[in-house]
Amino acid sequence: MTSHLVENDTDAIAIQGLHKSFGKAPHATQAVNNVSLHVPMGTVIGLIGPDGAGKTTLMRLMAGLLTPDAGSVQVLGVNVQKDPLTVQASIGYMPQHFGLYEDLTVQENLTLYADLQGVPFAQRPDRYQQLLTMTGLGAFTDRLAGRLSGGMKQKLGLACTLVRPPRLLLLDEPTVGVDPVSRRELWAIVYQLVKEDGMTVLLSTAYLDEAEHCDQVILLHEGQILGQDTPAAFTQHLAGRVFGAKRAQGLRRHLQAELKQHPHILDAVIDGDWVRVLLTEQASPPALPDGVWQPLPPRFEDAFVLMLHGQRTAQTPPALAPITPPHSEPTAHARPSEVIAVHALTRRFGAFIAVNTVSFSVQRGEIFGLLGANGAGKSTTFRMLCGLLPASSGALSVAGVDLFTAAAKARARIGYMAQKYALYEVLSVMQNLKFFARAYGLKGEHLSRRLAWALAEFDLGHYRDTNSGLLPLGFKQRLAMACALMHEPDILFLDEPTSGVDPIERRAFWGRINRLADQGVTIMITTHFMDEAEYCDRLVIMSQGRILAAGTPAAIRAQAQTEAAPNPSMEDAFIALITEPTQPMGAIA
Amino acid sequence: MWQRIIALAIKEFQALLRDPKSRFVIAGSPLIQLLVFSFAATFDLSNIPIAIYNQDGGQAAQALVARFEGSGHFKNVANIRRESDIARVIDAQKALMVLTIGPRFEADLRTNQPATVQLIIDGRNSNTAAIALSYANTLIADFNTHWQTSHQLRAPPSVIKTRAWFNPNLESRWFIVPGIVAILMLVVVMVVTALSVAREREQGTFDQLLVTPLRPVEILIGKAIPGFAIGLLEGSIIIFLAVNAFAVPFEGHLLTLYIGMGLFLLSAIGIGLMISALATTLQQAVLGVFLFLVPAIILSGFATPIANMPPFVQDLTLINPMRYFMIILRGIFLEGSSFQSLQNQFWPLALIGLVTLATARWLFRHRMN
Repeated sequence: MTSHLVENDTDAIAIQGLHKSFGKAPHATQAVNNVSLHVPMGTVIGLIGPDGAGKTTLMRLMAGLLTPDAGSVQVLGVNVQKDPLTVQASIGYMPQHFGLYEDLTVQENLTLYADLQGVPFAQRPDRYQQLLTMTGLGAFTDRLAGRLSGGMKQKLGLACTLVRPPRLLLLDEPTVGVDPVSRRELWAIVYQLVKEDGMTVLLSTAYLDEAEHCDQVILLHEGQILGQDTPAAFTQHLAGRVFGAKRAQGLRRHLQAELKQHPHILDAVIDGDWVRVLLTEQASPPALPDGVWQPLPPRFEDAFVLMLHGQRTAQTPPALAPITPPHSEPTAHARPSEVIAVHALTRRFGAFIAVNTVSFSVQRGEIFGLLGANGAGKSTTFRMLCGLLPASSGALSVAGVDLFTAAAKARARIGYMAQKYALYEVLSVMQNLKFFARAYGLKGEHLSRRLAWALAEFDLGHYRDTNSGLLPLGFKQRLAMACALMHEPDILFLDEPTSGVDPIERRAFWGRINRLADQGVTIMITTHFMDEAEYCDRLVIMSQGRILAAGTPAAIRAQAQTEAAPNPSMEDAFIALITEPTQPMGAIA
Repeated sequence: MWQRIIALAIKEFQALLRDPKSRFVIAGSPLIQLLVFSFAATFDLSNIPIAIYNQDGGQAAQALVARFEGSGHFKNVANIRRESDIARVIDAQKALMVLTIGPRFEADLRTNQPATVQLIIDGRNSNTAAIALSYANTLIADFNTHWQTSHQLRAPPSVIKTRAWFNPNLESRWFIVPGIVAILMLVVVMVVTALSVAREREQGTFDQLLVTPLRPVEILIGKAIPGFAIGLLEGSIIIFLAVNAFAVPFEGHLLTLYIGMGLFLLSAIGIGLMISALATTLQQAVLGVFLFLVPAIILSGFATPIANMPPFVQDLTLINPMRYFMIILRGIFLEGSSFQSLQNQFWPLALIGLVTLATARWLFRHRMN
């Protein structure tokens, strides 16, 4: 797919043959590789791709904050390399971590940015009023920025960027880690800016479902443009190739794994009550005994996955060899089936209650999800379960003990994969694996067997001597998971394991998780991707330290069912739950 | 337990040696510092700029001036003609010292009356001034003796003949280089131990470490081993260079020295790990190291004698491991001190090591909560 747009005077951004690489050869990475694109005025353009695709680099090049290796960038008709100051004066750029001053109030932050941008005093009161109304922050002008929620911080960042109205707005992942309600509000603001003020907005995101909100989508992968078009055009040719499958009996993930093996099925993911499949061209759904098929509208992610499949036909995820069985399988039935029990768990930091009387329990072999936006308390809960943080009050037990006070030996039963893949970056893949294996007491023949297993299972052989810091993100994730599994734990804790990785890696990841669960490993996972909640057997949704809802994905979706929306998605359910506060849930079975 | 500790120690070594930056910090920078400090840090003065205001101009005055010019310590930078010029050359730091020879200098000498010369010295750097003044006093005393003997005057009733033991030529390098051994060992050990936990906290790997069966005390030992090994290796290299490249005499026993080094390293590691336990970010750890290093070096007797400090500060130096190690190093290098004679340095070092390591362990456990 190539751009069907022609360069003209109405382009907000015009880029020709742009290259940018980082680092020295031979470790240089092509962050932006021969990119050419045009962004028309007055539109919302989505720059979509996984982490490491080159989105931020491309934006920084547009804002004149980086110098390209080759190629040219025209923004609002001005050559950015020649005259970066003119460009910077007429655009607004909000980086991923916007520089809010946490010790200043909302109003003080606005005033500071108005001073920095040289907004005339006479215009300020009206502008502040406008921005505060738009972002809904009017009631919080005296609150310290550091004490705002994730979504409110993003909105304040946006307001500060807009304090002097720009003609072009560049937003770098404004919706990452923001709860679905705030995400929708941010999108509403973006539309308003384009419609009422005639602004052009270019925003990047790793959420594929946000593509559908854009007038046009630029799909970026490994520094290259895979396509630029309207979202509908991306999915047009997929009509008739996307179906949902459902079987009355059995787990959805088993059906998914089964369907994935079929030669005519390119992709199978869990989507609500259905297993969503993408067929090869000209294929019809295979026969499904005691199951039903239903055609589904194609969505953007299907198109992206298809493109990525085309890119890496050579390197498919390894065949579905059984992942290691837990070491004490035969005695499994003797153990209690309740593996994690949490009762009225509370954690305070000073006056702030991060986790407020949370109760739930997890059975053996279950995939249990902890969902919520940043700051909802899921990471704090998670850290208490792993024994990294003591509880302020309440009771918890993991495999029968509180890991915070239990003997070190008890920790050998759990595996832990930290947010952002805590690996030793200057150590090679092999050294990382060896260290974690030895830390868990593996030695001799057992050690070499597990090392060989990790390299094979996670397809890391090619990288065995590469420093883990230099790995592509997807492989970092694989290595982190391999390190957590070296000692064959009974319980696996995964803290936002999929954030930022591309959809294919996410599928491979969930394939492994499902197989582990089938072998009796209990899995506790946090995520802020609402669609990933569907992979969990049961989950809780947290907000402001409390449990909003708990149960199977279907049960939670059912809570949000209305006549207007008979088939709500998990995200719809979350929004419904959060906007109409019901009684916080207590204990659940 | 030991298998896990060894695994951690191996990982620490790999992390230190595979990263080019930390490799330089450990291997390159101490050698560069050793060279720079050894050549630059000296109390010996030469070519002190001196201005001469010779109002006499006679033979005796010329002879005195010649003594200054020929000593090698002084360099005549200006001959002053007016009294007002004295302030000018001192203020502009053209000369450190002005030697004023009065108009009656030779006349007084010849009539056997005390002849005075005046020395005006820039006291802004009191250390340099004192050293320059002592050189000048020696020159003038020599002049006196020479005048007395050559004019058949009665020699002074007693003459001081000085012999400096342990350092016959009073070479300041002999005094400074053993001190540098202590400083460089301290710096390297601090960098290795104090920053390692903070770096792991920042990269998020510390949590990963805490969920393994490694107990806090095991993590502590695993983190201490690389610091100890690298400190010992670095100390050995510097001592080798001190003896072979800088020709500092080594009079004592290596074993005694290594006992001292071992005890010193334990206390330094204890302090490093305490900083590690308290710091949540790398920046805090760096600040912590800095806050400890500067007073530890100044209050160690490295440059200024502890005996000159006010009593309160002298008491404070008792908790500074550097103080004891400085005495051990200089004792073994220059005096050939025996184990027995250094006992009173060894036991406080051992005590400090014990207390700091225990505190580090306690902080480690309690900071985790």
